[in-house]
Parts: sequence; structure tokens; C-alpha cells
Amino acid sequence: MIEQLTTIERQRALVLLLAVTFGGLFVLIAGKDEVLGIHGALIMLLSIAAIFYVLAGYFAPEPTAPREDSYYDEPAKAGILLAMGWAAFGLFIGDWVAWQLAYPSLNFEAGWTSFGRLRPVHTTSVIFGFGGNALIATSFYVMQRTSRARIPDQLSPLFVVFGYNLFCLLAVTGYMMGITQSKEYAEPEWYADLWLVVVWVTYLIVYLRTLAHRKEPHIYVANWYYLAFVLVVAMLHIVNNLAVPVSFGSAKSYSLFSGVQDAMTQWWYGHNAVAFFLTAGFLGMMYYFLPKRAGRPLFSYRLSIISFWGITFLYMWAGSHHLHYTALPQWVQTLGMTFSVILLVPSWTAAANALLTLNGAWHRVRDDATLRFMMVAAVFYGITTFEGSFLAIRAVNSLSHYTDWTIGHVHAGALGWVAMITFGSIYAAVPWLWKRESMYSPRLVEWHFWLALAGTIIYVLAMWNSGIIQGLMWRTYNAQGTLAYSFIDSLIEMHPYYIARAVGGLLFLIGGLIGCYNVWMTVRIAPPQLVPESAADYPEPTVPGAAAPQAAE
Amino acid sequence: MKPERDPETGWMTTGHEWNGITELNTPVPKPVWFFLIVTALFALGYWLLMPAFPLGSTFTKGLLGADDRAAVTAAVKEATAERAGWTGEVMAKSYAEVERDPRLMAAVRETGRTLFGDNCSVCHGREAKGGRGFPNLTGSSFLWGNSPEAIAETIQVGINSANPKSRVSQMPAFGRDHVLERPDIENVVAYVMSLSGAKASVGNVEAGKTAFTANCAVCHGPDGKGKTDVGAPNLSDQIWIRGGGEEASIYDFVWGGLQGQMPSWEGRLSPLDLKILTLYVVDLGKQRP
Repeated sequence: MIEQLTTIERQRALVLLLAVTFGGLFVLIAGKDEVLGIHGALIMLLSIAAIFYVLAGYFAPEPTAPREDSYYDEPAKAGILLAMGWAAFGLFIGDWVAWQLAYPSLNFEAGWTSFGRLRPVHTTSVIFGFGGNALIATSFYVMQRTSRARIPDQLSPLFVVFGYNLFCLLAVTGYMMGITQSKEYAEPEWYADLWLVVVWVTYLIVYLRTLAHRKEPHIYVANWYYLAFVLVVAMLHIVNNLAVPVSFGSAKSYSLFSGVQDAMTQWWYGHNAVAFFLTAGFLGMMYYFLPKRAGRPLFSYRLSIISFWGITFLYMWAGSHHLHYTALPQWVQTLGMTFSVILLVPSWTAAANALLTLNGAWHRVRDDATLRFMMVAAVFYGITTFEGSFLAIRAVNSLSHYTDWTIGHVHAGALGWVAMITFGSIYAAVPWLWKRESMYSPRLVEWHFWLALAGTIIYVLAMWNSGIIQGLMWRTYNAQGTLAYSFIDSLIEMHPYYIARAVGGLLFLIGGLIGCYNVWMTVRIAPPQLVPESAADYPEPTVPGAAAPQAAE
Repeated sequence: MKPERDPETGWMTTGHEWNGITELNTPVPKPVWFFLIVTALFALGYWLLMPAFPLGSTFTKGLLGADDRAAVTAAVKEATAERAGWTGEVMAKSYAEVERDPRLMAAVRETGRTLFGDNCSVCHGREAKGGRGFPNLTGSSFLWGNSPEAIAETIQVGINSANPKSRVSQMPAFGRDHVLERPDIENVVAYVMSLSGAKASVGNVEAGKTAFTANCAVCHGPDGKGKTDVGAPNLSDQIWIRGGGEEASIYDFVWGGLQGQMPSWEGRLSPLDLKILTLYVVDLGKQRP
């Protein structure tokens, strides 16, 4: 990795790492009386280890001059491997807490293993660890190829990948030690949030710089979505995390918002995190990898315009549907609900655009589990967005809110859509990135596909059932006009579904572990001969007159 | 690259190409426009009818004049009115009168079960059979007396609770505080077990009786039948608050003492709910197996 950096970049890396080391030292000293000090020590240790890593490769020969002849794929490779690692960890924690809900004593009565701490460990690991790394990795891959331009420098994308993972690590270890600001999907405290701002702005700059010197006249749809993802997540993250820390030596901070404004800001963030992190980013992934893998032209350029602007405009209004029948003024709820209903149309056009692209390639869907992952992802995207708009209707929400139906909905999206499109894209990208003929074992991809699909279906069906039962039990009155069931009655009814959910999660986890093994073996076992990418897989050289062959023209 | 016809679908491409990916220039299907318009019209209608847009310090109220707060207030009022028949009777009548009325008791059992499940079962268990340290309520051996008034009082003010009128009860830690030494405690345990016809593995019952009279009888009574005015349990029956009357658990109890806590429920539950719960618990006490 270091040998790809120029000497000046190696020096910059060392300076940067030294700065981070001193930052860690400052946190360690300032927070020595609190758990914050442990994070200071962690930051220091990791950056010192990184310094040694850079030094070990410092005297390697510089990369040869015409680097522009190839894309810069080290950050994408690192991101994909990290994504798979986070997937294994996050899915494991998720299944563990699922079993805890069925058998509470599985928390083993320790603080850090209690449900309240492990649950955000699960969500952060899968959303930000797995999803985020996959998005960063594939965005680097896609933006270079669809712009036919190499990332302008070698250091900043590496900083993005590893800086981002430091954020994830601080978040997850913090929860286990009890550090949280208790905002769902925005739990990390102020210092981790500030670090993420630095990383994310760098990410945006890398993206914009690459796009700025693209050799293609038009910007491909995938890049619209990736860019929306990077830009809006920056905005959401900064606004929702505005807070004042107790002191520089304390992990605790107080939000700028309070009461119903806090709730609204949080769910404006929360729902747009779903929109721009879990939807826009992964739509970017889908728009590249699905037509590429299917070998088909995208069904409709015009439909993608409707989807893109529909999704970006409408989602911004929808957050308040998380707060139906609360202290939030009714007019805000009305806006959240109505925009959520309209949102169904652009969502379905995106799903339809993907599925119609497969016309003429359905035989490949049948034979190729990687493409099938993407196809099923598009189907689940359609199912989940329909369900989302449906649940946003106030009358429906009065039944579904606070029940497991919400959990089922989230996982139909997270497992069926986000994870499936990611696994499909990773299975497509790994052989291309590492110049292999195919994955180590296509049979294991097949196994992973069926395990993931079965796990998702079991999970979602279990939660639909338990959610609707809960909702109905909570609103059932007896002849006397009082509530017919106590909360514990509904909890007892949930037990079989909680077991089913944990079994579904286990299948999904096993699939994920198989995926990790398959990716690792593909990377590790060097084939006798590296398979070059197609001619279109080389960037436009900067030297005029030395144009690379372009197969597609 | 020029636009060309896709042989599969017959549509033209846009002429753009990225890394081998092309796009068709397929027109937007009619249903997309249709549903965009339909959903937008739905939203428009909804905005007209319901509160929708902010106007500085107020908002558009909507033609239907819908208001969540008013709707909830009306619904609560209506529900209260619907229940008013039997709840009024429960409030107006004495405990004994309600207990004699099978129709009212049916309502009490049904509503009381939910109230108990949501408020009491965390400690006393869903079946009210208690657990280690939490009294079983299904035997008619209540610490503070079996009368509905005594049970109502306990629910209202709690035991060792934050309520200023709380019932107060504490059993000293005879072993830990060196009031009794280990052999004495074993003797006391043997005696206490003998009261309910059980036999301990060690300890002298006679010596235990002497120690009991000197140390325990002040609360539990000379015959171990307990005193409801200090919340001291009857030791001569088969009902045990902590553990199942095993030798080891009685030993722990005498060694370490006990100061159980029950929260005060007045102010958290309405007078009606308190009365229903009281009647429900009295009823539980009668369901002696």
C-alpha cells in the first residue's frame, strides 16, 4: 500500500499520523479520569502502529511515472475487505442480541454485553462499518471508471478509508463502555463526530476532484447518487450532532436541541440517513454493478432522472412520519405522511428501472448468483419502499408504531435491499479488482445467496407477524372497556417469533461468513495469470495522443 | 458514440457510454406519470383538509378542523363514560359489597389482571406467586394483614418507600451484625423449620426456641405466627417470602436480614385503579391452592 505513495505523500502520511498521535495523547491526558482516556490511548496506539507501517515501506521505490495508466484501487480493496470484516462482526452481534431478546440471560449479566449497549454496536457495525465501507470502496471504484479518470492523489482516499474506520471503531468501543449521546444511528459522542466531519469533508473533496477532471462529457447516474450520499450525509451529520461537550476531558456532551425540536431534528437525520446513506448510496452501487454485470444497457435514462430528483426532493420532508401521534404538531406529521406517500412513485421507478434493465439478461439471473443478489435486492427495494410509504400513513402507523413491524420493515430494507446489493456488488467487484477470473468458489456464492434469502424471509415474516400481533394486543379492549392485555402478555406472545427471528439472523450470518471466506480465498490464492480488465477499464491517459484502446467505441 | 438501437427492446440508446455501460432513451412509462399525479393530488387534498403548512406562529388548520389533541380528549372522555357504569359502582360500594357482586368481580378480575400485569408482575410475577425476596400473593398470608383495607394501604403507601406515610419494616442482620453467632443461628433455623413441621440437618430445636424468644419473638410473636402491624411474616405456615423454606435460604435470611421495598402507588395509579388492584389482590389471596 505504501509503495503506491510518492515520497512526498509518504512524508505527508507521517506528519498526519504524528498529528493524530498527538491528538490521541491530548485526549488521553484530558480524559484520563474517564473512559474517554481509553479512546485517547486507542487512537495513539493505532496511529503509532500506522507510523511503523509507513516507515516499513518508506524506502520502497517510488511508483513509476505514468501512474495515470491505471486506476488507483488500493483504497477500494481495503474498503471491501474492511466491509466484509464489519459484516461478520456486525451480523454476529445482531444475532447475539436477537437471541438475547428471546433468552435475556444470554447477556451474561455484564454491562458491556447488555442489550442496550450491544444494540447500537450492531446497528453501527452493519450500517456504518459494513455499509459505509462498501459505499466508500465501491464509490472509489465506480467514480474512477465512469469518469475515466484516476483519483488525483494517493494519500487522501487512504485517509478517508482508514479515518472512517477509526470513527467506526471509536463508536463501537465507546458504546460498550457506555459512551453514547442516545440518538438513534447518531450515538457517537462529540469527539468522534468531529473526526468524522474531517474524514467526510475529505471524502467529498476526493470525489469532487476526481469528477472535476473526468474524461467523460456526462456524469453517470451512479455518481449522482454517490454524490448525493456524500453531500447530504455531511449535512445531516453536522446538524444533528451540534452539541456542547461538558469539557474537553469528558465524553459527554449536550445537544443544541431539546424537546420536540430535538426529536424532529433527530428523525430528520434518522430518516434521511435511511434515504441518503442506505438508499442513495446503494442505488449508486446498483446503477453501476447491475447493468455492468448483466451486460445490458440501463433501461431508461429518463426514468433515472425522475427517480433521482424525486428521491432527493421528497425524502427531505418525510422524517416526521417517525413521530406520528406524538408531541410533534399535527401539521408536521401531515407533511411527513403526504410526502412519504408521493415518494413511493420515484422509489418504484428506481426499482423498476433496475428490473427492466434485466430484460434480455434473465438467463444470467438464473445462472449467476451474483446478479441474482442484485435482482433480489431491487425486488426488496420495491417491497420495502412500498411498506415504508404504507407505514407512514398515520392510521397505519397507529397500529405499527413501537411494534416489531418497524423492525421487520427495517430489516427487509437492510437485509433484503442494502446487504444483498452490497454482497452482489462485492462479488462482482472482487474479481475485477484483484484481476481474477472469477470468485474463488461460485458454488459458495450460490450458498450465500440462498442462506441470505432464506434468512431475510424468515426474519421479515417473523417480525411482521409479531409486530401485528403486538399492535393488535395493545389496542384490544375487553367488554368492560379496559385494556384486555398487559404488556407482559404481548411479550410472551412474541417469544416464538423472537426465536424465529434469531434463526433467520443466524442463516444470514452464516451466509455472510461464507462470503468472507470466499472473498478471502479469492484474494489470497493468486491465479497463474492475472486477468486484465477490459480495455474500457483503463483511464484516459493524460498524455495526448497516447489514447488507450476503447472497446466500447 | 452515436445513439444506436438496442436489438432486445428496440429502444435507442442515449449515445452516452461509461466504462461499457450504456443507457436506453426509453420514454417514461405512462403509469409513472399517472401515479405521480394521483399521489400528488392525494397530498394536495390532504393538505386542504388537514393541518398542513406553517404560517409563522400558526398553521393552516384544514377544512375538516381536525385536531389531534381535541380528538384524544374526546375519545378519552367517551371511553370513561362507557366504563362509568361498573367503575362508578366499584368506587361507590364497599369492598365487601363489591366482593359479593359476581358481575362486578368479573370486571375486577379482568381489568385487575391487566393492571397487575403492567404494574406488579415485574416483582410479584405474572401469576402473583412471587419469587426470591418478593412475596407470594396467592396464599392468604399477607405481611400487613389480609383485610382489603390493609392491602389497599400497602399498595398506596408502599413498604420502605419514598412516601412519607410508607410502611416501615426491617429485619436485622443477626449474623452479619454479630447479634447471634453461627451455632445460635443454626439453632434458630432448626426451630423455625420445626414450626412448619420441617427438620434441619444441624442445630438444636430447643436451644433455637430460647434464642428465638430472646431475639425474634418481638416481631414474629412468641409462637412465630408473625405480626401484621410490623409486617413480620408468619413462620409457621408453608409460605416463604425468600426462597422456598430451605435450610440454607432461612440461614441467609437470619444472617443478612431483610428490608424489602415496595413502591408507593398512590399518585401513579388512579383511586379507581388502586381499588381494583386491591380487590384483585384480595381475590388472589382467596385462590389458595
